[in-house]
Order: sequence, then structure tokens, then C-alpha cells
Amino acid sequence: MVGITSIRTYIPAYRLSGDEIARMWGGRSMGGEKAVAGCDEDSVTMAVGAGLDSIKVYKGKMDGLFFATTTAPYKEKQTAAIIASALDLDKACYTSDFTNSLRAGSLALKSAIDAVQCSSADNILVIASDCRLGAAQSTFEQTLGDGAASVIIGSQDVIAKIEGNYSIFNEFFDTWRTEDDVFERGAEERFIDTAGYKPVLSEVISGLLDKYKLTVKDFSKVVYYAPDVRSHAGLAKSLGFDKGQVQNPLYAQIGNTGTASAFIMLAAALDTAEPGDRILFVTYGDGADAFILQVTDNIRKTRMRPMVKRDLERKTPINYARYAMWRGLVHMEASRLPERPPLSVQCLSREKKNILALYGVKCKSCGTPQYPTSRVCVMCHTKDNFEDYKFSDRKGILFTFSVDHLQPTLNPPGMNGVVDFEGGGRLVCELTDCDPAKTEAGMPVEMTFRKLYQTKGINSYFWKAKPVTED
Amino acid sequence: MEGIKDKVAIIGMGCTKFGELWDKSVGDLIVEAAYEAFEDAGIEQKQVDAAWIGTVFSGLSAITLAPLRLSYIPITRVENMCATGSEALRAAAYAVAAGACDIALALGVEKLKDAGTTGLAGPAVVGSSTLGTSGVAPGYSPPAAFAYLGTRYFHHHGIKPEDGKRLLAKIAVKNHHNGSLNPKAHFQNEITEEQAMKAPIVAWPLGLMDCCGVSDGAAAAIVVRADMAKNFRADPIYIKASAICVGARDGQLRQDYDFMHIEENVQGSQKAYKEAGIKNPRKEISIAEVHDCFTIHEMIVYEDLGFSPKGKAREDVEAGTFTLSGELPVNTDGGLKCFGHPLGASGLRMMYEVYKQLQGKAGPRQVKNPRLGLTHNLGGNAGTGISSCMIVGNEKGKSKQQHE
Repeated sequence: MVGITSIRTYIPAYRLSGDEIARMWGGRSMGGEKAVAGCDEDSVTMAVGAGLDSIKVYKGKMDGLFFATTTAPYKEKQTAAIIASALDLDKACYTSDFTNSLRAGSLALKSAIDAVQCSSADNILVIASDCRLGAAQSTFEQTLGDGAASVIIGSQDVIAKIEGNYSIFNEFFDTWRTEDDVFERGAEERFIDTAGYKPVLSEVISGLLDKYKLTVKDFSKVVYYAPDVRSHAGLAKSLGFDKGQVQNPLYAQIGNTGTASAFIMLAAALDTAEPGDRILFVTYGDGADAFILQVTDNIRKTRMRPMVKRDLERKTPINYARYAMWRGLVHMEASRLPERPPLSVQCLSREKKNILALYGVKCKSCGTPQYPTSRVCVMCHTKDNFEDYKFSDRKGILFTFSVDHLQPTLNPPGMNGVVDFEGGGRLVCELTDCDPAKTEAGMPVEMTFRKLYQTKGINSYFWKAKPVTED
Repeated sequence: MEGIKDKVAIIGMGCTKFGELWDKSVGDLIVEAAYEAFEDAGIEQKQVDAAWIGTVFSGLSAITLAPLRLSYIPITRVENMCATGSEALRAAAYAVAAGACDIALALGVEKLKDAGTTGLAGPAVVGSSTLGTSGVAPGYSPPAAFAYLGTRYFHHHGIKPEDGKRLLAKIAVKNHHNGSLNPKAHFQNEITEEQAMKAPIVAWPLGLMDCCGVSDGAAAAIVVRADMAKNFRADPIYIKASAICVGARDGQLRQDYDFMHIEENVQGSQKAYKEAGIKNPRKEISIAEVHDCFTIHEMIVYEDLGFSPKGKAREDVEAGTFTLSGELPVNTDGGLKCFGHPLGASGLRMMYEVYKQLQGKAGPRQVKNPRLGLTHNLGGNAGTGISSCMIVGNEKGKSKQQHE
């Protein structure tokens, strides 16, 4: 039985409301709010957040990592390899990027299903993550949100079996970006809806139903992508879905998160699904992919629940100024502190395991974990008697901290502190997603993978500490 | 270990005015400090046998000292972060004590204000080249690194934020008062506790008035063998001890470090006290110049150096123990806070004040009948430091060698 063994989402903590955007431009609010990646987040860090959550739940070895996005940090250089390194996946893992289409997530999903079905892999981790930008005052500015979802496809402990699928392609200009575009481009909404979206979704769904001799009534839930709320509701009406059947697209809560969008909806549907439920899952973008999923008894195991509700509830509203600053929409005054020393790719290469997966060492003589890697133990001074020791998945206590008004950051004031890890080891690092007024010595923290800054075309990714979010 | 107690004497010192010296170059500062020292010692430039030049950012190699036109003598550039000036003096003193030269120059210089930046470079290379050059070291500022001490000290001792702020303010007020009496200080204004407490926050609990000045300046010392000293002047100052104590970044890596003291300060001062034969520093030391880069550090230094019992600095600050008229005056020249902090010069600037005080030439800041003075620097920060502690006196005891 091939299917989903784990599904998790990563919704960034910040929300920008349509009202706030309208206030900024004196325009019309479309209502609701969108999830906004923090100033130290991008499609890579969100993917790592979702992926870590998935592999924490499902412990099998990953034979492949498929990463889907339309907002990869590099045009030339694989993103999946960065993510696999941060997730500390086994080196013998087939990594691949699926890009350029909003359907990239389901294209990756289909490839993962095929690989497991033909026994070329036991488990494949599929992660979709996007962080698209709408130009100031555009509709996209109000509708595009940031987020990620990760799905493990396997054949053991499946929570939702894949019973069938059907795909079509369609060359069509609805939304696009050229190589140099920063902001989303789009055709007129009525044109997209009536000439592209609706006919393509109708065709793929009827194709699927015909192929498997099913009707819409055979599904307890239909989960499908749409460019926006209106086209989402319009499709339900024209295809005759019952209100109770339709999964809320969450656009009013987090916006349209691109390749991650349909997966986040699917995770929300599985949050409340019962064994035996049949789910219709449809994605869209240069064509469409439709899947039939059947929920198994494993869904009752609480640890398998995606918990989207929890992710949606953790939110911090931001104003437009902060959004503009984070996304680089305005020129900010440069810091007057001296610049950081230039990045060394040689150093990044030599220490990739320490930097990307936060590996230190543990002394085999005295048992003290330490970061970074040492040759002589910081505690007992024994030379070269260490084993690798990973800190990224360990919780800790914030021993002391500071709120730094000089630190160059797009989310002032800078927060940094001293983390004492459970089981030993100490790290002085930056803090993120934490409210200065609520930060105190002794507070429990956990590690999160973030983008520190970009320089000379290189993104510097590393780990920061953030307040523990209880499951 | 024999040590250098009473083997070396300082016979001349110089110190420029510190501040935003827009119209002076590194060379100007070097020449001014050195020539004041030559004149004070009564020697000529050509009598210098060897020299040590300390700077962190304002020069590379011994060539930095070229403006003095010292001709074909051994010169070495030294660097030990904020302890650089003291490091230069230590090297010169050791060379004289070893008999490698008779007259040595130690000079420290820094021209921070030419960089056009605010404050100092962050801990880009925190003891590990790895974290530094791979660019993932946390990008916090130096005040933040010292704020860790305040956060933890207040948390541990249950000091309320406003009480803690007031405590730190008292230290800033004291140093500003002392600075106001010093024409060479960068800042010569008095401030009130309220002003200090209300100043903009830089890194909680540290506000602007808790942070030292970022300045340009230079200071210099001429050292000779102790037995030669009286040939140059009647009131030479004798080096009693010099300790540099460097940690292995333990505090940033080990959970047993408490962020309420600096181990390098504790161990370094203990070594210096032992070398100088000091049993009770609070009673025996007449004047101390300590590294008040941030007020919280001055407070912690009181405990680290044994001036106050552990956890009791608060009581001494409130009692005025370290004011000009107090039991043990600290930072009589205004300290880093007001005199300013050109990194490479600071250790020698501290010694300049102690030297003048021990000679009774400190003018309105003069403390009564001082006998022993101490200078202290900390390079780096909490958990990863380089501490220097030097002790000098105006009376020559007998060195161990002479005892034998």
C-alpha cells in the first residue's frame, strides 16, 4: 500500500492583514490576512521547518527528497541538497528540485508515488515551499502568502493511501515570472478563471472520475487549489460539490502559498479525517493533477495528526512597514556597525555539517557535548576523542540574553543569547520569533534553521534559538 | 616562578588627549605620546634600544611606529584586543628584565574614528576561525555581549530592573565626575543618575551612558632596569607584577560558567597579587584603573579583583567605596567611560594615570598618599576573554634576585 505516512505544515508566525495593506495604500481591503515569512525566513528555511517536523514523526530512512518551489534561492544550485543537509538526511538520498510551476508540489508527489510503487524507494520526503511577492498595491500583494508543507510517501504506516491519479497539461498564461521578475505577473482574473482554471479543473476531475468509475459523491472531502477565494468557491458551485465536502482553502488565514497551498489544505483536511474517508486532491498550474486518497486507521494515532490548526493559531500581526523592510521593498539605511568579514565558501564547505545540521562533538572521555567541533575537549582537555553530536533537534534553556539595538537586523531590536542544551553543551546565538518583552533568563528554547543574510550571491543559513512551541 | 617584581621601572610616560581627533593621524598621535614620554624621562629618541607598538586596527607590523624614525632597532607590533596597550608594556618590561635591552619604549595607539562606523567590530571571529569566516557567528554588538552579564547578574541576585539601572548609573556618574577633572579626557562633563538612567537603551540593561567612549588616542611608556631608574629621575615607578590571563572560550562553550564574573579577571588578578605580594587588595591597593568598557563590567570587576566580596559589589557602589574620596578610588581619570577607549592605547593610558597619581602629580584628582596602583584590561568579553592585570608602586622593594 503506497501513500502518505506523514504530512506537516510550516506556517510562519507573522500575519499581514488586507486591511493593513489597504490602509497603507488607501485602497480596498480584500479582507483576511496572509502569512508572512520572517525577515530571516525564505522557501528554504520554511521547507526545513516542515521537513524536520515530518521526520520527527516518521523515523524511516528517506531514500529521496523532492523539493518543490517557484522561489528557489538560486537559479543554478540545487535547493534540495541544502534542505537535505539541514535535515541531516543519509547521504545516499536522491535529491531533486521541482520548479517553475505552481503544480511543482504535486509533480514531485507523483514522482514520489511512482518511485515507491515500483520499489525504487521505500520513503520519499516531498516538500513544497513558496514565498512569492506581489508588487505594491497589486491584488497579489493581498492574496499571496508564505508557507511550506512536507509529505512523506511510503508504504509502511500509511495514513492516507493513494488510490489513483490523473493528470493533464495545459499551456496557458495565467501567472508567470520571467527570470528577472521579482513580482508576480498575472492575466486578468476573469480570463484566468473562465478560460484556464475552471475548464482545466473540470477536465482533470472528470478524467479522474471516469478512469476510476467514481462520482463526486464518493468523496467525503474535496481539496483543491484555486488562484483565489472567489474562483475556489466558483468551482465548487459549478462542479456541484456539497458545502460540507469542500476543504476551506485557508486563503483568508494565510493567503495563497503557491506550491505549498494545496498541501496545506490537504494537511488541514487530514487533521479531522476519519478512517475510510476518501479525499479528492487536485492541484493546478500549467495543467492539473488529481489524486484519490483513502484515509487509513493509522490516522487515529495522534502523533500522525498534521496539527494545522495549531500552526494557524500561532500568529503575530505585523504592520506594512515591517513587511516592506523584510521583503526588501524599501531601501533601509545601512548599519553603521562595521561590516561582517566576507564569507568563505571554503570554510562553508569544510564545516557544512556543523553549520547546516548543527553538529558539534561529544567527548568520549568525559561525556561533554560541545559546539563547534573541537580537537581538544573544552572540559577534560583530552585530545581527539570525540563522537559527532547533533544539537539542532535538542531543546535548551536561555541562560542569559540581550536585546541589542545596535545589531544590524531587519527586525529590530536584535535578540541574542546563551543557550544551554538539555544533555549538555552551550551555544551563543541569535534568537528569533521572540518578543523582547516576554523574553527572560531561564526560558525554554529550541533551534530553528534561518537565513542570516545574503552577501555576494550567497545565502548564509544557520540556526537560531526561538521560544519552544509546545505540540 | 621568579616574576619581574621590582626589576623594571617606568621612567617616563606620555598620553595624548583622547577624543574625536579628526585633524590628527595615527602618526601624529604616536609622535605626541612618544615625545611626551621622552621628555618626561629626560631621554632622546635615539636612546631607545627596542620598542613595542600595540594596535588592534590602526596598523600592521612594527612599521606602524615609523613616524618616530627610530633607526634600525628591534620593534614588534603586538595585539591582544582591548588588552593590547598593556601587552606592549608587558613585552617591553620583560625584555628589560631579561637584560635584552636597557631602555625600551611601549606605545599603544588607535584611531577608531577614521573608520566612520559606530562602535567596534562585532565578534566576527569568536575564538574560532571557523564560525568567524563561515559567516554564521551571531551578529551582536559588543554592548550586547556585556549585557549578558547584567541580565544574568540581576536575574540571579533578584535585582529589580530599575534598581539595577540605578546601580550602573552610579558608576557612570562617578566616572563622569572624575573625567570632568581631566583635561585630556574625551568627555569632561558631569552627569546625573537620572540622565544616565534615561539615556537611550543600547542593549538592555545598558544605555548610552553605560557604554565607554569610542575614541582616538595614544599613550607611551619608557621602561628601564630598576637599578638604573634613579639615574633618570627621582620618582620612578616600579613594576610589581604583570599578569595576562587568557581563557579558552570556556564560558561560551561550558554550562558551568555563570555569566556573573569573568574567570580570566579572577585568575589573572590572583596571579598578579601573588607576584606583587599582595594579600588584601582592597586594603593594600591605593588606586585602580579598571576596564569599564561598560558599567556592568566595572561592577563585576570589583568582585573579580577582590575589591568587593562576591555578590556584594552593590553595597560598595551604594557606599561610594570607589569614588575619588572613597576607600579605594577606581578610574580616577574618568576611565574608559570618559577618558575614552582607543583600544591599543587604553592599557597604557591607565598606567599613565596610575603613574601620575603615584608621583603625586594628578592635580585635582590626586588621591592621598598612594603607594600601590593597579591597571586592569579585558579583551574579548564574557566567556571568552584576555585579562591583563599590572601592579606598580612608588617604592622599590628588593627583588627576589637581590634577596639571594
